Amino acid sequence: MRARAEVFVQLKPGMLDPQGETLEHALEGMGYESVDEMRVGKWITFRVEGSDPEEISERVEEMCRRLLANPVIERYRFEISDEESAG
Amino acid sequence: MSGVPIGVVRFPGTNCDEDVRSAVAGTPGARPVWLWHKERDLQRVRGIVLAGGFSYGDYLRAGAIARFSPIMEEVVRFARAGGPVLGICNGFQILTEAGLLPGALMRNNRLSFVCRPQWLRVESTGSPFTARYAPGERVLFPIAHGEGNYVAEPAVLDDLEAEGRVVFRYVDETGAVTPEANPNGSARNIAGIQDATGRVVGLMPHPDRAMETLLGSADGRRVFEGLVEAAA
Repeated sequence: MRARAEVFVQLKPGMLDPQGETLEHALEGMGYESVDEMRVGKWITFRVEGSDPEEISERVEEMCRRLLANPVIERYRFEISDEESAG
Repeated sequence: MSGVPIGVVRFPGTNCDEDVRSAVAGTPGARPVWLWHKERDLQRVRGIVLAGGFSYGDYLRAGAIARFSPIMEEVVRFARAGGPVLGICNGFQILTEAGLLPGALMRNNRLSFVCRPQWLRVESTGSPFTARYAPGERVLFPIAHGEGNYVAEPAVLDDLEAEGRVVFRYVDETGAVTPEANPNGSARNIAGIQDATGRVVGLMPHPDRAMETLLGSADGRRVFEGLVEAAA
């Protein structure tokens, strides 16, 4: 089956995120003072083929662990959707 | 050419390779050997330096992609067999991504790329790379990085301290560890660390740019002398 994968990577809670802080300050300067706890992450999308959803899911998990995220500083989650039904 | 062969690894985006080559070539008894990222042949080098720069454009995370290059598999094997390996700046980032050194390097906490001479204190002389320094000695190495904020779990930091594996710390000109002397937010002002054997060292500052008094500092020379001695 052919699937579409979406991987979301973000710094772990507690890890300083200078990009998030800077954006937050910028938004505050623009008048959006209610903004808080802004974090900037990564959204990675790709197509992937495999025999079944479980197998694809295991491989994407491995890709996240080995390359797409650094478990020392980042956390990740991903979604797999069927290429056909995804439209 | 004679001399102990020292490998200098080049990835696409490495930009301190010539500085390191020159540092090695200028160290008595050493001979630099280029190692291209696609190679698997270490050409019988006896020591390896991962130079600074922006390997693979620093895409995804600094050092993340370089770590899976063919040459890095061999570098990891070489290091695990006890071969001396020095990672400078981007090289340090690659060594952490490869798991040869613990922790990670994150974006500087002060939002800017820092490029300036930096005082460091030699915390450990248990590594061949620092064997020629006095414990607690103050040295001046340039720094130039945007992602040098060293982080690790508190337990990992405690282990590094307890085992004497913090090699260099950022200090002020009097040698004091202060928040102001910390250029990037690194945990406990850590600028460089070593593995359990001391034969793998990574640091953000550039000893390769501290080779000539005329250019500001020659404090880095002993790092390379130590490397050559360990490799001989």
